[in-house]
Amino acid sequence: MSAPITCLLGPQRFDPDVAGVLAEHRLAGRVAMVTAGWQEREREDQELRDHLALPAVNLELYRRAEEVFKSDEELFRLHRARQEQLRRLQKFYRIRLEYLLECTRDLFGREAEPDLLEPEKEDALESVRRLDHHHLTRVREVHREFEERHSPRSRPAVARQREQLKAILNEADLVMIAGGHAAVLLNRLRLFGLDGLVRTLPVVAWSAGAMVLAEQIVLFHDSPPQGAGNAEILDAGLGRCTGVVPLPQASTRLRLNDPVRVSILARRFRDQTCIALDPGSRIILSGGRRLPGRGTRQLHHDGSVRQVEPA
Amino acid sequence: MSLIIRELLAGEPIGPDRVDAFLAGRTVPIVEGSRTTFLYRGQADEVLLQHWIHGLPSAQPFTPIPGSDLWYLVMDLPSCSRVEYKLILRRSGREQMIKDPLNRLEARDPFGANSVCHAEGYEVPDWTKPDPEARPGWIEPVKLRSAALGAEVRVGVYHPARFSPERRYPLLVVHDGRDYLRFSEFQTVLDNLIHRLEIAPLIVALVDPVGNRLEEYADHEPHARFLTEELVPAMEDRFPLAGRPGARGLMGASFGAVAALSTACRYPGYYGRLLLQSGSFAFTDIGANRRGPVFDPVVGFVNRFRAEPVQAADEVFVSCGIYESLIYENRSLVPVLQDAGMKVRYVEARDGHNWVNWRDRLREGLSSLFPGPLWMVYE
Repeated sequence: MSAPITCLLGPQRFDPDVAGVLAEHRLAGRVAMVTAGWQEREREDQELRDHLALPAVNLELYRRAEEVFKSDEELFRLHRARQEQLRRLQKFYRIRLEYLLECTRDLFGREAEPDLLEPEKEDALESVRRLDHHHLTRVREVHREFEERHSPRSRPAVARQREQLKAILNEADLVMIAGGHAAVLLNRLRLFGLDGLVRTLPVVAWSAGAMVLAEQIVLFHDSPPQGAGNAEILDAGLGRCTGVVPLPQASTRLRLNDPVRVSILARRFRDQTCIALDPGSRIILSGGRRLPGRGTRQLHHDGSVRQVEPA
Repeated sequence: MSLIIRELLAGEPIGPDRVDAFLAGRTVPIVEGSRTTFLYRGQADEVLLQHWIHGLPSAQPFTPIPGSDLWYLVMDLPSCSRVEYKLILRRSGREQMIKDPLNRLEARDPFGANSVCHAEGYEVPDWTKPDPEARPGWIEPVKLRSAALGAEVRVGVYHPARFSPERRYPLLVVHDGRDYLRFSEFQTVLDNLIHRLEIAPLIVALVDPVGNRLEEYADHEPHARFLTEELVPAMEDRFPLAGRPGARGLMGASFGAVAALSTACRYPGYYGRLLLQSGSFAFTDIGANRRGPVFDPVVGFVNRFRAEPVQAADEVFVSCGIYESLIYENRSLVPVLQDAGMKVRYVEARDGHNWVNWRDRLREGLSSLFPGPLWMVYE
């Protein structure tokens, strides 16, 4: 049986097009919504419900996680300790990344004979890729150890919520994952093992929701008010979508007219396609194929940003 | 590079028609690379440029162009400079100070308005302009009886958009709050930076002096007591505030910055964040204070602080205009703060002692002290 369809969309706040995407792909029925990335505003989903005009249940993963942590204090403590461990790892990774990317940008900004300079640029990028890989491996180890030692899903507080979620999802025809805080969203999805529960269902996700479905979560902003704006890997994603790096609001968050920055990002993730998920953009993954929406762009190795090719 | 004014001067005799043609549709002052040409058209015995750039003579004379009523002055203004100025006209023994009639750009302050020159490279930051996509916050007027000040105090309390009583917010107390709102677009800036996720949603207490500002803001014990023992506890009682040092900040400009630092020094560790803009941190290494008697309490405070620095807060953002007379004092303050164990971010800009300079530094200052979830949130 082929994997069910997955739709990755751009932001939905101002001109939502999710209803149009559902209609286009004949997706209808009961919707299970995940808005945990909105944190304490998780239940403020009326605008989305009005737009969908389909029966919808909010899975309330944020609220459920709060309840779990309230009733299982030990798990809360263990969770906090793991997050602190990850935070420290991220800090060490950033220190190393800053130097490597500074060197890489320096080399990419230079002009010299290609046969002299290009191997240096490629090796600089390879150093960044090695560091990314190392960081992702360390993060995965932290998660594996946590799962093995504490089996969170078999703890009663989590198991109870999972049973309820299973019952809701058994009645659902598709799942929607909204954007918001990427780490909060990922942690809630992971805590309840939602990726396993929705494996057979179509999923429509946007912004941070799209990011967490990828193989790894890439945080990015080229012009933050503080710091150099070095794109970084936060964590492993749920891996439902392979071969893509979703970049929501790319036109706002990235300097897409800077070929050096575009080229470095695209080449850094050379085995994947960096997709600019701006409002109205979409990528449909279905039957082993990748179908881009009209106007959906990707970052190319040469520093340009052009329409995504179907694959 | 040949300047446009030189081309005018090198041509045929300059009559009214040529001046009309020269000025038609032209933006004045004329910025050409690092050279800026100021112009005045009219009858006068003498025309001078009055500016507030420390380090240059404060009044620069214009040159009359023979055969015309046009005057000009060419100045070097480094890239990204922003200069506020007026024109001094001397006629028949009388002197008048006016805004530049050929320049529409102006900046207001509590004393009126000045003309403004944007040198090459300076741009008004987009985050200072109203953004229709940014959800607006609002300001609630609050009255408070202060025993320390012996007066009723009016405080404007800024609530961020989508304020929720379930959340816990950081608190920033801002001196000269009304002037920040009027002259630094402070509410627009807060709305925009919160919308952009560059700063955390904040509750801001906008305070103003109840009496003599130069007295209340100059290391005044009752003012510090009012803020710390009356205002902040009342705010924490009434609003959903985090109530810990890292989520409490003081901010101010000029004497307001002195008030912020001196208050934090009187209550070390209570305020975790300080945002100090163009602080009037006058001090003396030897001899008497030469800035006048209103500075005496300031000099006393800064001299004591320099002799025995206190770790008043954890993190401090300090900014100052390079063209201010206070640049030396602010530069001197930075190592003192650092030596006392504070994490300091110091920023200079090619601007003067004015509200637009303070506005333009708000993004950097607020985002360093109260960083938002920009990096993590993708809506």
